[in-house]
Amino acid sequence: MKLLIRNGHLMDPANGIDAIQDVSIVAGKILGVGPPPPGFHPNREIDARGLVVCPGLVDLSARLREPGFEYRATLESEMAAAAAGGVTSLACSPDTDPPLDEPGLVEMLKHRARNLHLAHVYPIGALTQGLEGEKLTEMAELRDAGCVAFGQADRPLASARVMMQAMQYASTFSFRVWLRPQDASLADGGVAHDGEVATRLGLPAIPVCAETLALSNIILMARETGATVHLCRISSAEGVSMVQAAKRQGLAITCDVAANHVHLSEMDVGFFDSNCHLIPPLRGLKDRDALRTGLENGTIDAICSDHAPVDDDAKLLPFGEAEAGATGLELLLPLALKWSAEMRLPPSRAIARITSEPARVLGVNAGHLTPGGAADLCIFDPEHYWKVEAATLKSQGKNTPFLGIELQGKVKYTLVNGNIIYQG
Amino acid sequence: MSRNPQLNEHGELQHLLTTEGLPLAILRRILDTAESFVGVTERDVKKVPLLRGKSIFNLFFEPSTRTRTTFEIAAKRLSADVINLNIAASSQSKGETLLDTVDNLSSMHADMFVVRHSQSGAAHLIAHHVRPDIRVINAGDGRHAHPTQGLLDMFTIRRYKRDFHNLRVAIVGDILHSRVARSQIHALTTLGVPEVRVIAPKTLLPARVERLGVQVHHDMAEGLRDADVLLMLRLQSERMLSAHIPSTQEYFKYYGLTQEKLALAKHDAIVLHPGPMNRGVEIDSAVADGGQSVILPQVTFGIAVRMAVMSILASN
Amino acid sequence: MSPLPDAEVLLARLIDRIRPDLTQATALVGIHTGGAWLAERLHRQLGPVLPLGTLDVSFYRDDFDQTGLRPEVRRSNIPFEVEARHIILIDDVLYTGRTIRAAINELFDYGRPASVRLATLVDRGGRELPIAADYVGASLALPPDTMLVLVQDSEGKLGLDLHPRNLPKA
Repeated sequence: MKLLIRNGHLMDPANGIDAIQDVSIVAGKILGVGPPPPGFHPNREIDARGLVVCPGLVDLSARLREPGFEYRATLESEMAAAAAGGVTSLACSPDTDPPLDEPGLVEMLKHRARNLHLAHVYPIGALTQGLEGEKLTEMAELRDAGCVAFGQADRPLASARVMMQAMQYASTFSFRVWLRPQDASLADGGVAHDGEVATRLGLPAIPVCAETLALSNIILMARETGATVHLCRISSAEGVSMVQAAKRQGLAITCDVAANHVHLSEMDVGFFDSNCHLIPPLRGLKDRDALRTGLENGTIDAICSDHAPVDDDAKLLPFGEAEAGATGLELLLPLALKWSAEMRLPPSRAIARITSEPARVLGVNAGHLTPGGAADLCIFDPEHYWKVEAATLKSQGKNTPFLGIELQGKVKYTLVNGNIIYQG
Repeated sequence: MSRNPQLNEHGELQHLLTTEGLPLAILRRILDTAESFVGVTERDVKKVPLLRGKSIFNLFFEPSTRTRTTFEIAAKRLSADVINLNIAASSQSKGETLLDTVDNLSSMHADMFVVRHSQSGAAHLIAHHVRPDIRVINAGDGRHAHPTQGLLDMFTIRRYKRDFHNLRVAIVGDILHSRVARSQIHALTTLGVPEVRVIAPKTLLPARVERLGVQVHHDMAEGLRDADVLLMLRLQSERMLSAHIPSTQEYFKYYGLTQEKLALAKHDAIVLHPGPMNRGVEIDSAVADGGQSVILPQVTFGIAVRMAVMSILASN
Repeated sequence: MSPLPDAEVLLARLIDRIRPDLTQATALVGIHTGGAWLAERLHRQLGPVLPLGTLDVSFYRDDFDQTGLRPEVRRSNIPFEVEARHIILIDDVLYTGRTIRAAINELFDYGRPASVRLATLVDRGGRELPIAADYVGASLALPPDTMLVLVQDSEGKLGLDLHPRNLPKA
């Protein structure tokens, strides 16, 4: 199978390409960029005039809800959502039921995902057994089964001692540890940022120091143990400057932010909009602005969808009782582009934050269009405006703060290993 | 959800969910109408036929005999049929969701729901969900709002002080967890009170509370100085078990209202409390039962204010 | 159509008609707003010893479902024992009779009067209930799409105004 993508605006930040170029694909791999070689006779051509051709998106946080939460979403529905969002590689978090703490579960998930022939799925293994925060999992076994890193999703570790030991053990084998910085006791019972809006609405609050206190523990222990740590979903200005300082010290730390948090703040909670009940909470405008700047200067490496489909019953509850989370796979691209546009940056900067950079965090060979690499691509129309509507979202979760909002940038084709898995 | 969810497209009150963002004209109208109902409640026959044939459901997801009773009396004095439901004990424990319960009751031809719930925002959720002909009154949602309590406090203040425009009002106690305080603050600022103070230790104040338009005091003597109105808050017993305060004794010493502290306020200052009081914790009996206390009139006015809210809602 | 009669003349006529019926047990009750003005004037001229009350029948109206609560409800004030009184109820314009029905109901929630009589400045016909006035200043035939209202100027002088029904009065 030979495929030629003609006349598209190629954006491949990993290779420094941002120009009109053709892409030739053979047997699921990139053959070359630029005019097709003489004698190349494609079976199919895609005319990408007016479209952007970029590496398939790499998402660092997608909950596929299998096993255990099939009433919320299934692997089929969420992988279809990934395809519609241009996502070709995704890391799925271990907070399934049971959690991803045994090789058998990981193998089953990888097997099920592989049979769908959609995005590549990279499981994050549970750092502790049952995600209970106390006993370490058999990380090496889990790595062999396909886990690329280890984390706790949104569950806490029992103590600083367990965190220390987890980092020591992981770094022994050069495993990456993914942690979302949040002090459990300071966050306990909280559902919103400890600011003006929670005060007005009387919502139990999570202070910024729940994040910074945990960050300071993690950073100190990362320095102590030499562990490679990825910080998931940073939310505060203070947190961003702590990460920046840690990176300046040369620590092996990376960091991501959820696409919602790049654009929204506590103000968007309005009158108890449970679609804005997110983990971590949407913080102040100053925090949001610091996240946007952190992405620009590289303190924050990647934007993730933080995809968390929630069924209607779990959202149609008073704010504090409603389950946190939002569907996100189909919004990752337009929300990243919205960031670069609003920051007056070239769109390729946004593309880097959702392709090559997250691939580097994940440690997988993806997020670029280097000849010889897998032909995972996303082709999108940067001028196409579309309204986010429950009826048209592929994800089984219809919950997002952007419901009813018009966004710019729509995926037209998604390719995995040279196969067109989505056409919009 | 940017439009104020308690007003309809004509700007009329459709639900009473919070005193926040309530237009001054509506606030005044509630207080004026309540004034007429005070006349009714002082008669031998304390009942008017205004809401004859209407069904008002008291939906109490959180038990409160006291508040439920005041709404029940108000509804009965308007000749409405009142159905009391203590839902904490029934369907919720059987797995029925909040909105299932509301749907079920709506199909019993309810005209109005009076809702009490432990979660902030529960009344908004219900108001957003019900048929457009059903009215919702928030009778207390979590820490968020208790608008009829806030309004009856305003009614009481107006009765004794007449004009809001030259008052100094001090709210004392657990602001952090208090839906009453939030409703009082919004109503006071809308009615034009130039100086609203909150007095509490830092553990009982929410973040950036000054953004609600209040001055923050930690020292009670300083906060009470020259105040015209003292709004005391109830200290929930669970705060004594957590790390919010060390003991009720120490709390009383620094934040309890005694005759000595009351003397720092204006000589004609009035003292309010939403009840039930913890005597010897937030207020001394000598003050609670003293000449400056208007705590019992508050209860009487509470019926008239709730009658006013119900009749205005039913008529829009 | 002939011009509206002078309200002050009608009031004088009304006073003359009521005066012979006054007893020790008579009380005057005016219905807000116009009736209350009239009751005030009657009270002044017939004898300040007579008990005087006012009713705002908003809470007793039967059109609540159609028109809702009036924006300005005044407090009813009956500062005397209604029990065994001979009440003279006073309204400015008698039309459908619904306001009077509401007023009688409200009055009975204050006690059981010995009798209730009705005085009105203008009877414009158009009754929808079996109600009649005992004392009438004038009977007028007016088009049904009009609203007749009593007005009071800054010196307290009373007058009658006719408005189209759909317009709020100035």
